[in-house]
Amino acid sequence: MTGTPAIEGPGGAMEELAEEGGGGLKGAPPSGRGRPARGRSMWSDAWHELRRNPVFVVAGLIIAFLVLISLWPGLIATRDPLSCRLGRSLDPSSAGHWFGFDTQGCDVYTRVVYGARTSVTVGVCATAGVAVLGSLLGGLAGFFGGVWDALLSRLTDIFFGIPIVLGGLVFLSMTGSRSVWTVVTFIVLLGWPQVARIARGSVITVKQNDYVQAARALGAGNARMMVRHILPNAVAPVIVTATIALGTYISLEATLSYLGVGLQPPTISWGADISAASQGMQFRNAPHILLYPAAALSVTVLAFIMLGDAVRDALDPKLR
Amino acid sequence: MSLLEVRDLFVEFRTRDGVARAVNGVSYTVEAGETLAVLGESGSGKSVTAQAVMGILDMPPGRITGGEILFQGRDLLSLPEEERRRIRGSKMAMIFQDALSSLNPVLTVGFQLAEMFRVHQGLGRKEARARAVELMERVRIPAARQRVGDFPHQFSGGMRQRIMIAMALALEPDLIIADEPTTALDVTVQAQVMELLAELQREFTMGLILITHDLGVVADVADKIAVMYAGRIVETAPVKELYQAPAHPYTKGLLDSIPRLDQKGQQLNVIRGMPPSLLDIPPGCAYNPRCPMARAVCRTDEPPLYEVSAQRRSACHFWREMFDGR
Amino acid sequence: MGRYVVRRLLQMIPVFIGTTFLIFVMVYAVGDPVNAMFGERAPDPATAEQLREEFNLDKPIWQQYVLYMGNIFTGDFGNAFNGQPVTELMATAFPITIRLAALAIVFEILVGITLGVLTGLRRGRPIDSGVLMLTLVVISVPTFVTGSLAQYLLGVKWGWISPAVSPAAPLRELLLPGLVLALVSLAYVTRLTRTSIAENARADYVRTAVAKGLSRRRVTVRHLLRNSLIPVVTFLGTDVGNLMAGALVTERIFNIHGVGFQLWQGIVRQNSPTVVGFVTVLVIVFLLANLLVDLLYAVLDPRIRYA
Repeated sequence: MTGTPAIEGPGGAMEELAEEGGGGLKGAPPSGRGRPARGRSMWSDAWHELRRNPVFVVAGLIIAFLVLISLWPGLIATRDPLSCRLGRSLDPSSAGHWFGFDTQGCDVYTRVVYGARTSVTVGVCATAGVAVLGSLLGGLAGFFGGVWDALLSRLTDIFFGIPIVLGGLVFLSMTGSRSVWTVVTFIVLLGWPQVARIARGSVITVKQNDYVQAARALGAGNARMMVRHILPNAVAPVIVTATIALGTYISLEATLSYLGVGLQPPTISWGADISAASQGMQFRNAPHILLYPAAALSVTVLAFIMLGDAVRDALDPKLR
Repeated sequence: MSLLEVRDLFVEFRTRDGVARAVNGVSYTVEAGETLAVLGESGSGKSVTAQAVMGILDMPPGRITGGEILFQGRDLLSLPEEERRRIRGSKMAMIFQDALSSLNPVLTVGFQLAEMFRVHQGLGRKEARARAVELMERVRIPAARQRVGDFPHQFSGGMRQRIMIAMALALEPDLIIADEPTTALDVTVQAQVMELLAELQREFTMGLILITHDLGVVADVADKIAVMYAGRIVETAPVKELYQAPAHPYTKGLLDSIPRLDQKGQQLNVIRGMPPSLLDIPPGCAYNPRCPMARAVCRTDEPPLYEVSAQRRSACHFWREMFDGR
Repeated sequence: MGRYVVRRLLQMIPVFIGTTFLIFVMVYAVGDPVNAMFGERAPDPATAEQLREEFNLDKPIWQQYVLYMGNIFTGDFGNAFNGQPVTELMATAFPITIRLAALAIVFEILVGITLGVLTGLRRGRPIDSGVLMLTLVVISVPTFVTGSLAQYLLGVKWGWISPAVSPAAPLRELLLPGLVLALVSLAYVTRLTRTSIAENARADYVRTAVAKGLSRRRVTVRHLLRNSLIPVVTFLGTDVGNLMAGALVTERIFNIHGVGFQLWQGIVRQNSPTVVGFVTVLVIVFLLANLLVDLLYAVLDPRIRYA
């Protein structure tokens, strides 16, 4: 009971989401057989479960589509998102401009399409960074224990003391110009403790399993222990947490951009567009400038969170 | 009129993989002051039958598809839920296997005992508490008055099971169902708890259904035995007769698998194979794949309960051979 | 128990120092408060130097931090650069945000736990799947989107409420912002309660309670709910601190002059004492809330001992 359970900001409560279901992920039942057989059955079982889950299929299709238009937005949007004509400011939808125009006279449809690239980039890169840094630090601390573990625990406590939106507001507002990479760096810096804590927990759980103790007694070296026994079993909870985190990081970027400390023009961000639409309640007479980016953002976040939810259900042996 | 008469009871569970037929035509009777031991492996339907009698089956997924449960002459299955609730706890009570998980971890034992009096008899808080202390003294919990405010996890395993017994006895029911009451306990404590239970049963002349897979426990306390296999009763008999000459190969297998001092050094006789899946019970006699005596007829015809003697029944086509072999 | 509390308080000290130092470094090292004061025009070097000295800005960062913390513990949070004491800002801002957060907690408890119990007892039925999906949607839609939409629909389009909250922020006007602030956590409370109820409903002690002949209602309220709420209360406790911070977004949408608003003003004007002061208090609230949760946990679950 020494750790402080902490959940913060939009990125925060995900830990709760990832662990609900009673933390069934933490100690997957050990099997006497070697890693390959065990790994195969667990992951192929999960895959089998996932394919039959409509939530997973729908989320997967949405995400595939998002990735596609992030890579090639030209596939469905032919205009330049940055060429705007002030004369058409706030015009409603018309033929060829389905979503209408925003305050600056930019085509909302084109901007919504190009916004996907920003969101997906931030989400994927931040998650990758957080997952790698977090599981590395957490895993090592959990594996070696002792001073390293104590140090990491104190360090995560410190980071958990800062609600992430608050940290973003303070930290990012002090940086002059902000690109996608500034935001990604910030999220990785403040997000890693969450994954570290989970990685640490699952490594410690796995380490205490009888078969790992047995392997150690038989003289397996540290590196071998890590790669053969601990890694494959500790990786599932990290994957679940990371998938859900991806959605919340997209939401976090949008929130920061909405607060004016996230992405800046010319980078196209749904959050910034929604912020612009809310400026002095401009959406009062032109709701389309609020609704379309808001819908795109929400569907994107939902898709990733649904995916994470489905993956968790599939990997959680308790619910099966 | 018997205290309890279960007639041709059928219970099934709907699962994702199909319908599990947990109880298939079970009948037994219990008289006042009598102890019936129900014997069987896990999954034999012994606990499910008891839960159906108590009315605590999870429905769904469970479903009673046939039969009657006559308790003091009334068919429980046709009673409205509110009436059954009133019978539960006051006229019939149940003792569960694992007292630690069966007692509410966040309520004091005093509260949990007193709750019986408060709900069923409408006693006030103080009075119910005093009765709770009396109960704890009755099941010989030392320093009951001081410990009434303790939580279940603060007691030892044997003391916890005594509290479970006290809770069951609270309203002096006519029937007690004890579902493996000593399985979770240390061997030395087992005997004490069983003794206490038997003593209290005699004192109140209650009917007792003792569900167990431990033949040793049965011999000392039970009057008669019902052996269950795959949701059916395969043999019923008075205790002594059954031990002397089992009339069903499954019973014989169970008896032979008890380690005996006089056969030290010999291989232990175990029943080969595994109990059948309730999703897919073999046709004919359910025991035939494991039975050393099985013949063609066992794979096709389900044996009825043959009358072996006035008090004995056996569901084996060849029960006569069981006696001839001796 | 007293010893446990003392130990936990002592453990909080390094965390508190680490967290506030981190924030302090962010504000003082990354930005330049003096330049910011002068906005667009460049300050006269001599004046700037004088100001730097006055605010200890010429000293090394750790020294500035020590001096600052020393002042804080004598109740001096410094002045905003416009001369108004930061404590004065706090005195007006915190009551408003506390009111907002309290409302949000009430929504979470009333709506979240009710929905969680209803769905947890009907696991797998249509209402369960429906509410479960709905919670995912609510979790996915960022608070600023929900807030803006609610403001547009209820405040502008249908005109049910005033779209902005007046400076005094009476409770009545905070109802909608409170709900918006609560929504995401509310969804988590629902899910958490549901899982907990569904898990505990299969527990042996619930079966015992039924076997005792208790009514369905008593089994649910007295036995099932009491156990199931332990993780939920834990969540609510940690959420107190989050709500204070989450108010940043909500207060901005509805123009509520609470903590988030003041913090925002401090950041826009690069008013360091305001920012560090407010954040320090928020961190203290956050840490104390976590301590409270641990204590509450032990009260709710007698199996937990203060070790």
